[in-house]
Amino acid sequence: MFALQWVGFITLMRKETIRIFRIWSQTLLPSVITTTLYFLIFGGFIGSRIGKVHDHTYIEFIVPGLIMMSVITNSYANVVSSVFGAKFQKNIEELLVSPLSATTILLGYLSGGLLRGLLIGLFVTLISLIFAPMQFHHIGLIISTVFLTSLLFSLAGFINAMFAKKFDDISIVPTFFLTPLTYLGGVFYSIQYLSPFWRHLSFLNPVLYLVNIFRYGFLGISDINVPLAFSSLILLVFVLWTIAWTLLKKGIGIRQ
Amino acid sequence: MNAIEICNLKKTYNGTLEALKGINLSVKEGDFFGLLGPNGAGKSTTIGILCSLVNKTSGSVKIAGYDIDTHWTQAKQNLGVVPQEFNFNIFEPCIQILINQAGYYGVRRKTALERAEKLLDQLGLLDKRNTPSMRLSGGLKRRLMIARALVHNPQILILDEPTAGVDISLRRSMWTYLESLNAQGMTIILTTHYLEEAESLCQNIAIIDKGTIIANDTTKVLLQQLSSEVVVLYCEAVPNTLPTLPNVTLTKIDDSTLEAELSQEKGLSVLLQELGTAGILVNRAKNKSSRLEELFIKLVKV
Ligand SMILES: Nc1ncnc2c1ncn2[C@@H]1O[C@H](COP(=O)(O)OP(=O)(O)OP(=O)(O)O)[C@@H](O)[C@H]1O
Ligand SMILES: [Mg+2]
Repeated sequence: MFALQWVGFITLMRKETIRIFRIWSQTLLPSVITTTLYFLIFGGFIGSRIGKVHDHTYIEFIVPGLIMMSVITNSYANVVSSVFGAKFQKNIEELLVSPLSATTILLGYLSGGLLRGLLIGLFVTLISLIFAPMQFHHIGLIISTVFLTSLLFSLAGFINAMFAKKFDDISIVPTFFLTPLTYLGGVFYSIQYLSPFWRHLSFLNPVLYLVNIFRYGFLGISDINVPLAFSSLILLVFVLWTIAWTLLKKGIGIRQ
Repeated sequence: MNAIEICNLKKTYNGTLEALKGINLSVKEGDFFGLLGPNGAGKSTTIGILCSLVNKTSGSVKIAGYDIDTHWTQAKQNLGVVPQEFNFNIFEPCIQILINQAGYYGVRRKTALERAEKLLDQLGLLDKRNTPSMRLSGGLKRRLMIARALVHNPQILILDEPTAGVDISLRRSMWTYLESLNAQGMTIILTTHYLEEAESLCQNIAIIDKGTIIANDTTKVLLQQLSSEVVVLYCEAVPNTLPTLPNVTLTKIDDSTLEAELSQEKGLSVLLQELGTAGILVNRAKNKSSRLEELFIKLVKV
């Protein structure tokens, strides 16, 4: 019984991995190019003209946020497009007729999101080394945050794919929620520099917390309460897992 | 034991469309079973529920003795399914599709690879091993679907119109293949719109119409229900006034063709003799249509 689920999981994981590398120019390359440009422009070209933020150079300040941003978008994009693709081409039926449990299927798709998210995170980190030295304040926090964030947005991608009916539906969330929230999530600035109105509004943005926990891991500075934010992140992962699992179990959006 | 047991199965789509109105059906182990019915009768819905692609509204289903609600792992492992519509990942090569499907049933990669190669070979797809599924022709895609359904060695194989859009020679080779699987003990259930196919392959047949089973018996018994049979006779010459003969209705089609509707008690040799006496010489004769087709049209009233 467990052996069956395990073989199924490995099969799915392998399939997701092959998919990522087969279309690497769509999955791996774009983020590497964009973040390199960010580093070059904000770090190199204008960063030198911007003063220090919390005693760190501007490039040092934005590196953690940029890593986080690429992890978020890639984890999300991978799962949403893989699952929706399978739904659209109907080959998700191959999984639905099989004896694989909802847990196994979900873990299989999440493994793809994690792989791509973490791989991109690693690439972006390595590229950032060209532009700025790296320091580690709390490496355990860095690793667990990046892992949980990747998981969280993989789950969000999965949920989006379950509800999506056409290809447009999978770009609504990235365009109208993910991008604005990440750009306004304190990747490029400290919210302490904002007017009270915008600062308070920012506290409603979940991405702000993720970026800040992550930045704290590197630089030891933060605009928010780190332990509280980290616990919320864990809680949120549980909540989204439950939603995604229930949708899959009930076959919402995939079974008639 | 029954391979499939369907009890009072109902399905209502979107709360309004009653696709299945409480059907009962059992298929014996080792049977070659035909599920026939006009478009929209509920065949695919029934199959969808059997392989858990469609949620049933009520009723119960057992596969190889396992209830699909309580023992779904075992139920699913015993079942292989060839759906009506292609549902491949179009970018994946044939071999990969088979290996993945085997993996979803817990078959380890090494065994999966051996089985996949063997099935590709049996179904004549070996030279397409590494071809993405989207580049296969329609007939080859059907065969790949059969291979995919068999890769985990199920006891029961369900095929939803496996020969739709398949040319005659390919269809015949598919029949031979399915018959050989059945001879090895596999239970086979198939839907088709080619009644000749059902007549020659299936031991038992159920006819479903508008969500209700309207006939369910052995093929032989079903065919006996036909009280008459239409035979087309090709003659030397057909006179304008036809003789009146017992237990047969004659209709002139053209100068050399005659249609005879024979009741069950009337033999063909008697008819030929009688026609000969009346001066009508018959050169050749053929059945107007598959007999099952007549039965089907009789039972399924539009
Ligand atoms: N997903 C769906 N949503 C709503 N109605 C559906 C759905 N699938 C099938 N139906 C309806 O249910 C009824 C039975 O359809 P089904 O596909 O089971 O017929 P079928 O016997 O397989 O027909 P065919 O020979 O054309 O394949 C039809 O009226 C059909 O319109
Ligand atoms: Mg159908």
